[in-house]
Amino acid sequence: MVLSGIRGSNLKPLALWWLVFLLPLLPLAWLFDQAWSLNLGADPAQAIVKFTGLWTLRLLWITLAVTPLRRIFHWGWLQRYRRMLGLYTLFYAVVHLLAFATFILGWRLDLLLRELSERPYIVVGSLALLLLIPLGVTSTRAMQRRLGARWVKLHRLVYVIALLAMVHFIWQIRSSFEDQLFYGVILAGLLGYRLWVRRRPKPRQSR
Amino acid sequence: MLIKRRSPIKSSDITPESVYVNRRRFLQGLAGTTALALTEGASAIPAYSLDRDQPQYPGPDWLQRALRESTRNEAFSTDEKPAPYGNIITHNNFYEFGLGKQDPSLKAQDFKTDPWTVEIAGEVDKPGVYNLEDLLRPHALEERIYRLRCVEAWSMVIPWMGFSLGDLLKRFEPTSRARYVEFTTLKDPEQMPGQRSFFSTLDWPYVEGLRMDEAMHPLTLLAVGLYGNALPPQNGAPFRLVVPWKYGFKSIKSVVKIRLVEEMPGTTWNRTASGEYGFYANVNPAVDHPRWSQATERRLPSSLFSPNIIDTLPFNGYADEVAGLYSGMDLKQWF
Repeated sequence: MVLSGIRGSNLKPLALWWLVFLLPLLPLAWLFDQAWSLNLGADPAQAIVKFTGLWTLRLLWITLAVTPLRRIFHWGWLQRYRRMLGLYTLFYAVVHLLAFATFILGWRLDLLLRELSERPYIVVGSLALLLLIPLGVTSTRAMQRRLGARWVKLHRLVYVIALLAMVHFIWQIRSSFEDQLFYGVILAGLLGYRLWVRRRPKPRQSR
Repeated sequence: MLIKRRSPIKSSDITPESVYVNRRRFLQGLAGTTALALTEGASAIPAYSLDRDQPQYPGPDWLQRALRESTRNEAFSTDEKPAPYGNIITHNNFYEFGLGKQDPSLKAQDFKTDPWTVEIAGEVDKPGVYNLEDLLRPHALEERIYRLRCVEAWSMVIPWMGFSLGDLLKRFEPTSRARYVEFTTLKDPEQMPGQRSFFSTLDWPYVEGLRMDEAMHPLTLLAVGLYGNALPPQNGAPFRLVVPWKYGFKSIKSVVKIRLVEEMPGTTWNRTASGEYGFYANVNPAVDHPRWSQATERRLPSSLFSPNIIDTLPFNGYADEVAGLYSGMDLKQWF
């Protein structure tokens, strides 16, 4: 296992922290490079919105994968990066929305209102983003302590957000559902795992 | 990268070498000659300066003369600025070659478009299967600069080379029972990776249709060229339909069959989602797609920070010419 290899070595957690901090910025850096060198085709606006949307979804899925991976492979070290991955999800979602509002709508208020009222997948996507904000705000250790048990309850919203994001994605299918099926199956796995954990008898020792 | 297409040369195609000059130089030389009889509303098309790094598509030898002698139909051309060649050949919805806008330009380069046969069938007195070369021979090509409005709410201005579909249909003598025209794209999964996809909800081959009066309307174009060149494979080579007042998906690409029929033909997008894509699919800002508005469009190319958003016009701005075809029809019902 490559990752347990990392854990086994004396790689400092600090180095790992920097890795997890920098890796999610790579897609954005790539996007800037492509946009700068006019490599995004005849409709760069659409390309940017699509790309940032897809990475929001991917980061959310990765965030949701932390707990199952930690439990299944006993990767306790993974837990401390969940917050950062979650915040990156919010970050990409905000970039996605800003790109849509700027590059597609040109900040025209009339269009913004029209899109919000007429495009159902945009309503659903906006709702998912709105719900992400309180999770981001309460993600600090201090807030976690302050909210206690309520923090866990609040952060279960992430399952609702994931489902909304999936609906947002599915609702845009024109003729091929390949990507939607791919991400849908992964999400089913991620959520299914949690249901399965809840239903099976408690293990004797907690992990 | 220069993509050349070779075709077997028939003796009939052998032309004096002097004719095989660069199109641009030929047109420059044309200024002082009377080689072209200019008809009213038509003029010699300008030599385009395509970006040097763009692939160009000379097309088969037999097409060269018609391309060279083509004139611009000013009466049917918009004076809006055409999208750059590089944009037109890399932004295509041609799902037979993938779903991404750039997929066709990447995956269609080996698509064999010459020789090409077209079947004319159904309610005509002279049905048959024809070589494209023979099918096109009687028709002079003209350039028409049309707006193309995609159902996805973007648009482009495109200089096509072609001729009116009606002129072609007349030659095959439609019978009195011909009320609709059905068009079919090539089905060849070997060459068209999109047709091999398990996840597509579209049925292949791609089929489109027009009512007879729409098909006979002089604006309805059969295109074989783009920007003075042959049609690139990703734009529907060698032979496609362009109906400028309808959403782009009506303008079927790489046509192998034209069938005149009595009943309204089933069309591909309509079969897949009849609530979203109607048979008529006339550009109409007042009738939204169920999932998005059609009131405005983004004219490409568009600047990132001040997007080129324009109001969509009824019948894509061709209402004066075509609105009469639909008088008395409820366009909300027959979207």
